[in-house]
Amino acid sequence: MFAYEFVRNAYLAGTFIALACGTIGWFVVLRGQVFAGDALSHVAFVGAIGAAVVGVDERVGLFVLTLALAGTMGALGRRAQADDVAIGTAFAWVLGVGVLLLAILATSSGGASGVTTANTLFGSIYALSAGASVSAAAIALAATLFVLAVTRPLLLSTLDAELAVVRGVPVRALGLAFLAALAIITSESTQAVGALLLLGLIAAPAGAAASLTARPLLGVALSGAIAVGAMWGGLALSYAIGSLPPSSAIIGLAAAAYAICSVTARLRHHARR
Amino acid sequence: MTATLSPDPISDLRQLLQFPFMVNALEAGTIVAILAAVVGWFVVLRRQTFASHTLSLMAFPGATGAALAGLPAALGYYVACTAAALVISRGGRSAGRTYGGETATIGTVQTVGLAAGFLFLSLNQAVLGGGESLLFGTFLGVTPTQVLVLAGVAALTIAALAAIGRPLLFATVEPTVAQASGVPVAWLDAGFLLILALAIAATSQITGVLLVFALLVAPPACAQQITLRPIAGLLLSVVFALLIAWLGLAFAYFSIYPVGFYATSLAFGLYVVLRAGLSLKRRRN
Repeated sequence: MFAYEFVRNAYLAGTFIALACGTIGWFVVLRGQVFAGDALSHVAFVGAIGAAVVGVDERVGLFVLTLALAGTMGALGRRAQADDVAIGTAFAWVLGVGVLLLAILATSSGGASGVTTANTLFGSIYALSAGASVSAAAIALAATLFVLAVTRPLLLSTLDAELAVVRGVPVRALGLAFLAALAIITSESTQAVGALLLLGLIAAPAGAAASLTARPLLGVALSGAIAVGAMWGGLALSYAIGSLPPSSAIIGLAAAAYAICSVTARLRHHARR
Repeated sequence: MTATLSPDPISDLRQLLQFPFMVNALEAGTIVAILAAVVGWFVVLRRQTFASHTLSLMAFPGATGAALAGLPAALGYYVACTAAALVISRGGRSAGRTYGGETATIGTVQTVGLAAGFLFLSLNQAVLGGGESLLFGTFLGVTPTQVLVLAGVAALTIAALAAIGRPLLFATVEPTVAQASGVPVAWLDAGFLLILALAIAATSQITGVLLVFALLVAPPACAQQITLRPIAGLLLSVVFALLIAWLGLAFAYFSIYPVGFYATSLAFGLYVVLRAGLSLKRRRN
């Protein structure tokens, strides 16, 4: 199957996107920011439609809108963690604006909106070009390296913010930078996995890793490994079974890993008791 | 739509109520607004916005799954929402998990549902036809039968909530004390999630999956900025939701743009104004 270029492109982009989602996702789960990640991924969809209406490249809309939302959420809350009711109300409005843009797009260009919607919502990883997959891999790798570089201060500021302040960690700036990294990886992966399914790669591997171990570095590594495994397995599965969309296969494997890990963790917990 | 706004509000109103589809939409909007505002008051108090967002997205696998099996879409909505609520309550906070762990479960349930919906869609060989109305609602395509079913579900849900309201409030505000005085906290958590699932399945058929929040979260969030007293807060929340639904529908009727945009903008505007006003007032004191 690697004889085909589109498969090689999908594996290249997919591996690094999964790695980034897995590592960042571990911190997202630890910081209780899954809902923020979810809001970012839905807003990415509005960004893509907005770019189509204005007539600029899809990525411009994606990056601008997700980064703006990440900044707003960071600015609203203490420790750069916004309250979930505020997130909910704000992102419902952004989605409402998305509906408006969709209506404008439908009246102006007729018909094209359905395709844009389906692609940004559910992604099309087997349709990535060679250039797009290289740049996706590069951006994802950069986001992963950033998070790995700030792992220690980020951990400290998540687990004990006051101690972190005392030790001179710029807690607020770090929280903002983390949300920005999340926004970047969200916009980048939207094109591959899709806005609606991206959350699965962020939440499920991290949840699985967290139920296996409480040790931070091991957890991050496990989470990244599970995400990459789900990506490879999912791509192969959907290549083998024609009617299975790649996004569904990837998310299905990641969720299965989470289900198995959390059930075994619970059983072990009961047995110990 | 070629409606024009005249300076006379009475004739505008008459023009609005002249069409059966508008009357149906207003009836459905009213029922859904009351239901969402009442259930949503508990959602905001319990900080379960992420869970309710996830439940609202379950409409997608519900609708596509029902289409694949040849069943009515509404049935799919209810089945999928209830199933998701059961999974979330199993991995929920009663199991002594952290907030992060709980959100990981909810997030995973959400994407699994969406992935399943996408799979159903591709098995059905369908393009995302009607996908936008699924996501953003079909306010103006409501039938009289739908209104009747909605009214039934709303009555049932609100009655169930009224029955467990007092212990639920206790379990929400003081979970440890409630547990100690014999209130079945875990059962109440699960029961409320089921009520929420029913309410959201009903609401999202009308408002669309992505816009449930305009009625479910924003009105109670506004009400709780003003008062934390349960009865007053619930009433205020219903009033806000009705305002958002009615004005949203009326604006949409007199323009070419969709209800969802107006409803969410009104909801968000109200929330921002109230929050800013109250923080100004607090600063002055």
